[in-house]
Amino acid sequence: MIYLQLFLSFLKIGFFGFGGGYAMLSLVQNEVIVRHTWLTGAQFADIVAISQMTPGPIAINSATYVGYMVTGNVFGSFLATLAVCVPPLTLMILIAVFYKRLHKNRYVESVVGWLRPLTTGLIGAAALLFLNRETFGDWISIVIFAVVFVAVWFKADAIIMLLLSALAGIILY
Amino acid sequence: MLWRLFWSFFKIGAFTFGSGYAMIPMIEREVVDRKRWFEKEDFYNQLSLAQSAPGPVALNTAVFVGYKMQGWIGALVAVLGTVIPCFTIILLIVVFLGGFRDNSYVEAAFKGLRPAVVALIAVPFIRMLKPLRWPMVFLAIAVALLVWQTGFSPIWLILAGILAGVAEVLIKNRRNVQ
Repeated sequence: MIYLQLFLSFLKIGFFGFGGGYAMLSLVQNEVIVRHTWLTGAQFADIVAISQMTPGPIAINSATYVGYMVTGNVFGSFLATLAVCVPPLTLMILIAVFYKRLHKNRYVESVVGWLRPLTTGLIGAAALLFLNRETFGDWISIVIFAVVFVAVWFKADAIIMLLLSALAGIILY
Repeated sequence: MLWRLFWSFFKIGAFTFGSGYAMIPMIEREVVDRKRWFEKEDFYNQLSLAQSAPGPVALNTAVFVGYKMQGWIGALVAVLGTVIPCFTIILLIVVFLGGFRDNSYVEAAFKGLRPAVVALIAVPFIRMLKPLRWPMVFLAIAVALLVWQTGFSPIWLILAGILAGVAEVLIKNRRNVQ
C-alpha cells in the first residue's frame, strides 16, 4: 500500500511539476510533509541540501531519497524515481511529435503566462514551509540564512555557499 | 547510435550540479556543437517547449533529443542516461548516511545547511517577482501564503492556471468573431 501511495504521489509531482525544480519542491513538500507526513520539514531540508550538492535535477534526487526514506529499501527508491519520470517522458514525446503546431501556439503561450505567477508563488511557499524551529532555532541559523541570501543574490556559487554553511554548522554547533 | 545517445546523457547527468538550467549549456554543446544532431534554432524552439512542459528541464530535453534521434526508444535511452548517475549517487548517500545519522558532526553540518537551503530558494523567488506586473505579484504572494498556511495542494492552483490560460484565449477569440 505504501508503495502504491509513493508511486501515485510522485506520478502527480511529475505530471504537475511546472516551473522548474524549486516550484516542484512545493509539490513534493505538499505530498511528502503535509499530506502523508512521511518526513519532517527538517528532513526534507536535508534532502534539498544534498540534492543541490550532487548532480541531477532536484525532483529526481528527492524522489530517490524520499523513496528510500519511506520504505527503507532500494525498490521504494526505484519506484518513486520511475514515477516522477513517467509523466515528463510521455508528455514530452507528445510535444516532440506535435512540436510544429505547439511552437508559438496561442493557447500554450497564454497558459505559460498564467502559470508564471503561480509557480513563482509556489517557490515562495517552498521557502516559507521551512520557517520552523527545526530550521531557524537560534541566531546562528538566522545569520547563516542572511549571509547565504546576500551572497547568492550577488551571484556567489551555490555549492560553495552550501559547503561553507556545513562547515559553519560543524564549527558553531 | 543508442549507445552514443546514452553515453552523452550519462555524462550530462553525472556532471551537472544545481538546477536543470545549469545542464542546458552542456546539453547544447554536446548535441548542437559537437554531435550536430540539431540545428541551433530547432534546438531552441524545442527547448522553450521543454521548459514550459511539466517535469525537470534536463529530463524533458533528454526526451526530445532522444526522440528526434531514435524515436521513443531513443527518448527512453536518453532518460535512462540522465537518471542513472543521479539515482545511484543519491542512493549511495542515503544508504551511507543512514549509518552516520547519529554522528554529531553530520548533524551539526545539516543544522548549518538548513537555513542556507532556505536562502537558496528565497533568492529566485524574489528575483522572479521583479519582472511581474503588480497584480501578478499579488497573485504570486497570495499563492505562497495560501500554500504555506493552509497546506492547499499546489496541483489545484496549477490546474486553475491552465484553465485560466485556455479561457483567456477562448474569450479573445469570441470577441474577435463578433
